[in-house]
Amino acid sequence: MAELVQTKEPLIRIAKRQSMNKAAAMLIRGLSLLVALVICAIIIYSITGHNPFKVYVSMFEGAFGTQRRTWITLRDTVMLLCIGVGLAPAFKMKFWNIGAEGQILVGGIATAACMIYLKTLPTALLFLVMFVSSCIAGAVWGVIPALFKAKWNTNETLFTLMMNYVAIQLTSFFVAKWENPFGSNSVGIINRTTKVGWFPALLGKDYLLNVVIVMALTVFMFCYLKYSKHGYEIAVVGESVNTARYAGINVHKVIIRTMLLSGAICGISGLIAVSGAGHTISTSTAGGRGFTAIIVAWLAKFNTFTMIAISLLIVFLEKGAVEIATQYNLNDYASSMITGIILFFILGSEFFINYRVIFRSAERGGDKA
Amino acid sequence: MTGIISLIQAAIVFGTVIMFGAVGETVTEKSGNLNLGVPGIMYLGGIASLAGAFFYENSTDSPKRVVCVLIALLCAVAASALGGLIYSFLTITLRANQNVTGLTLSIFGSGVANFFGGSLNKLAGGVGQISVEATSSAFRYSIADSVNLGVFGKLFLSYGFLAYLAIVAAVITQIFLTNTHKGLNLRAVGENPGTADAAGISVIATKYIATCAGAAISGLGGLFYVMDYTKGTWANDASIETLGWLAVALVIFATWKPKNVIWGAYLFGVLYWMYFYIPNLTRSSQEIFKMLPYVVTIIVLIITSLRKKREQQPPMSLGLSYFREER
Repeated sequence: MAELVQTKEPLIRIAKRQSMNKAAAMLIRGLSLLVALVICAIIIYSITGHNPFKVYVSMFEGAFGTQRRTWITLRDTVMLLCIGVGLAPAFKMKFWNIGAEGQILVGGIATAACMIYLKTLPTALLFLVMFVSSCIAGAVWGVIPALFKAKWNTNETLFTLMMNYVAIQLTSFFVAKWENPFGSNSVGIINRTTKVGWFPALLGKDYLLNVVIVMALTVFMFCYLKYSKHGYEIAVVGESVNTARYAGINVHKVIIRTMLLSGAICGISGLIAVSGAGHTISTSTAGGRGFTAIIVAWLAKFNTFTMIAISLLIVFLEKGAVEIATQYNLNDYASSMITGIILFFILGSEFFINYRVIFRSAERGGDKA
Repeated sequence: MTGIISLIQAAIVFGTVIMFGAVGETVTEKSGNLNLGVPGIMYLGGIASLAGAFFYENSTDSPKRVVCVLIALLCAVAASALGGLIYSFLTITLRANQNVTGLTLSIFGSGVANFFGGSLNKLAGGVGQISVEATSSAFRYSIADSVNLGVFGKLFLSYGFLAYLAIVAAVITQIFLTNTHKGLNLRAVGENPGTADAAGISVIATKYIATCAGAAISGLGGLFYVMDYTKGTWANDASIETLGWLAVALVIFATWKPKNVIWGAYLFGVLYWMYFYIPNLTRSSQEIFKMLPYVVTIIVLIITSLRKKREQQPPMSLGLSYFREER
C-alpha cells in the first residue's frame, strides 16, 4: 500500500506580504472607506428614505457650512489629535494605554481647580501653573499602571481601563464639590464674566491657540519618535522586550518615562478641553474621545501626521451626523453608528494590506494532476 | 434591617446584569479573545429585545407573556451574537487588533442602540417614552409577588427568572470549562493556540464559537438591564456602558473563573449601591464610594500579578491573534 496520500491544497491560502507600495495601500484604504460610505448610504436610505447623497451633502454643510462650524470642527479635530499624539509613544511601545479618558479628566480637574482657586494670579503665571499642573496630573495617572507593569508585569490594558472609572468618579466628586449654582449638579461655565484662565483668542480666532498648541505637539512627537534616542528605544521595546534588554536598554525606565510623557500629553488635552473649549468640567469632558483616539493612533500606525487626517475624518462624521439628525429629525447617535461601520471597514482593510489571499487555482494553474 | 434587605435586593439585581456580561466575556477570553466590545454587545442585546418586544406588543391587542419573553430572548441573543460575529470576523479572519476592534464595537453598539432607542421613543409617541409593560412584567414576575414568604421570600425569591438563570449559566459555564472535553479544548486554544492546533483542535472554529456564544450570554445582561433594571423603558444615557465595563472588570476580579463571577457580581452590586445606604454622606463623598468596585478590581489585578499563581493568570495568548503561518 505505497499509494501516495494526496492531500488537497486548501482553496484559499493566506500569506504575509513582504511589503506593499504606499500608493496601493492608500488605494485599498480609500476603497474600504468608499465601500463603508456606500453601506452607510444604504442604511440611511432604508431607515429614512432620504436620498443618501443629499444626506452626505448636508453632512458636509454640518461640518464646514459656516466659518463658525469650521472652527468648531477644527477645535474638536485638534482635541482628538492631541489625545492621539499622547497615545502614540505608549502604543508604539506596545503598552496598551486604554486610560486616556481618565488622564484627560484628571488634567481637566487640575485645570479647573487652578481656574477656580487661583483666579487672582497674574495671567501668565496662571497659565504656567495650569499647564504644569495638568501635565503632572495626567502623568501621575498614566505612570501608576506603568510602575506596576514595569515591576510586576501587571496587565496594563485592564489597569488603565479601571483607572478611567476611578477618574470619572473623581470628576463627579469635584463636580459635586464645585457645583455652581448649588443643586444644579454641574460646575457651570467657570469664570463666565471675568474669563480668567480661558485661552485668549489669537488673531481674533477663539480656537486658534488650541490648534497652535496641538500642531506643536504633533510635530514634536513626530520628531521625538522618529529621530530621538528615546524614540528609538521605544521602538525597540515595542518590537521585542528581549532584544531591548540584550541591547542594554533599561526597559523599566523606558516604560515609565514613556508613560509619563503619554499621560502628560493626555493631561494637556484635558487643559485644552477645559480652558480652551468647554470652560467647564464634567464627566463628559473627555466624552469617549480617549477611546476614539486609541483607534486614531492605531490606524495611523503612530505617525502623528497621518493622525491629522484620521481625526478630521472622524470629527467630520460626528458633526455631519449631528447635522443630519437635526435636518431629518433623527437623533445624533447615528454618528456613532456610522463611525463604527466606517472604522470596521478601515480595520478590516488592513488585512488586505498586510496579507495576500492566494486561491488554489490562481497560483499554480495546472498542477492538479 | 429593611435597609440591609433592600441593599441586598438592589445588589442582586445589579449583579445579575454584570454576571451575564462577565460570564459571557469569560468564555470569550478563555478562547484568547479579549473582547472590549462587551458594553456594545450589551447595548445590542438590550435594544434588540426592546425593539422585538415593542413590535410584538403593538401588533396584538393581548400580548401573550410566553411569546413576549421568547421574542425578547431570541432578539437579544441574535443581536448580541451578531455583534460577536463582527468582532470574530475582524479579529480572527481578518486578524485586526483585538483591543481596537473591541472598542470600535463598543462605539458601534452604543450608536446603534441609542439611535434606535431614540427612534423607538419617538415611535411610541405620547409621552415620548417607550414602554413594553407586558414583556417587562413577564420578565420581572417573581414568586414573592404572589406568595408572602417573609424575609426569606424577599431576599431569595423576589427576582425575575433571569436572575436565577444567570447563576445557572455561570455554574454550567464553570463545569463546561473545567470538566468537559470541549471546554478543555477551548482553554487550550486560549493558552497556546499553536499547540492546540498541532493537537488537532480547530483554533479558528473554537474561537468563533466561543466569541459568538460568549457575546450571546453577555447580551442577556443588556436584556435584563432593559427589561428588569429599567423596567422596559429606554433612556439615552451611558449606564449600560458603565455596567459593560464593570462586567469586564468582574472577569478580572474573578480571575477568569465563572464560579467567582457569581459572588463577585453580588459583591460589586453591594459596593456600587452601598453609598445609598450609608447615612449622612454628602453628595460628593457618595461619588468617592462609587469608586469602590474599580479600586477593588485594580487591587485584585495587582495582587494576582504579584503572586503569579498559575491558575490565577489571564489566558496566555489573551489579546493575541493567531497566525498559523507564523507558528
